[in-house]
Amino acid sequence: MHELGIAEKIVEIALASIPEGIENPKVERMNLRIGKFASVVEDSLRFCFGIVVKDTPLAETELIIENVPVLVHCNKCNFEWEVDDPIFKCPECHGTDLEMLSGREIDIDSIELAD
Amino acid sequence: MEINIQKRVLEYERLKKFFKEKNVFVLNVMSSPGSGKTETLVKTLNRIMPKIRTAVIVGDICTTNDADRLQSTGADVTQINTDKFGGDCHLAAHLIESTAKEFDLERIDLLIVENIGNLVCPAEFDIGEDARTVVLSVTEGEDKPLKYPLMFRLAHSAILNKIDLLPYLEFDVDEAENNIKEVNPNIPVFRISATKEQGFDPWIEWLEKMVFSKISK
Repeated sequence: MHELGIAEKIVEIALASIPEGIENPKVERMNLRIGKFASVVEDSLRFCFGIVVKDTPLAETELIIENVPVLVHCNKCNFEWEVDDPIFKCPECHGTDLEMLSGREIDIDSIELAD
Repeated sequence: MEINIQKRVLEYERLKKFFKEKNVFVLNVMSSPGSGKTETLVKTLNRIMPKIRTAVIVGDICTTNDADRLQSTGADVTQINTDKFGGDCHLAAHLIESTAKEFDLERIDLLIVENIGNLVCPAEFDIGEDARTVVLSVTEGEDKPLKYPLMFRLAHSAILNKIDLLPYLEFDVDEAENNIKEVNPNIPVFRISATKEQGFDPWIEWLEKMVFSKISK
């Protein structure tokens, strides 16, 4: 539902990251990291991205999306595990004082410019 | 040529720092449409003001109905409409930033953001808040926390509203609370009726404690 706004923001950041002085820059690839608990629908994001990049140096950019798993750390027994269902209880000690280590990312790692 | 960016797409750290400098506690209140956020806030404002000087930003796609109701409490209220014919489904940090700057924040302890009614998108967008409260009403399903886990996982407190209607519904309020705690085991859950103003004391106590733990004006 909100992927259009995210796509616009991604393009804005990428365009601002292209060094000045490059004639007709072309971004070949963009590397993103998206957490599984980030409420981003990958297909929707790709669809919206395809619309907002029209007539920009990102018009033919391939989106490489790394899915980041939801990793949780138990502050009681220090067990760490990957959460599949959104049930937040330590499988080892049943502790509930937990920290989410990853899974909410919507990060741009890098862009790759054509030579 | 690879250019390293290493940047979070949804930036809100600057806004968080801004609110810290201004010594304002920011509460992001979220729920599905019709859960009773506005009525809960009206009754809340009547209890905490003027002890806690409060301003409210209300988000809706359309109309100023909620702002009109909240203004009756005497709080400073600003309405954000995202678009008359179907705008954004959430309030993003840049909108909160420009709107918050319209208030005299030196004279405000608590800024409440009543987000757009939606259990999906607002959860994703940090707005520099100190705490999040999610409102679930007993006319919705007990399993909403399991269906929309991000919203309930990231909340710091939950309100179960409209409990005065329980005798007329087949809603299992204990099951609803258990489902909230499956996703977020240590979250405080407050059972209230906003229209009948029942069960407000523990909620107000929690809110005041949160606000006073940050501000020192």
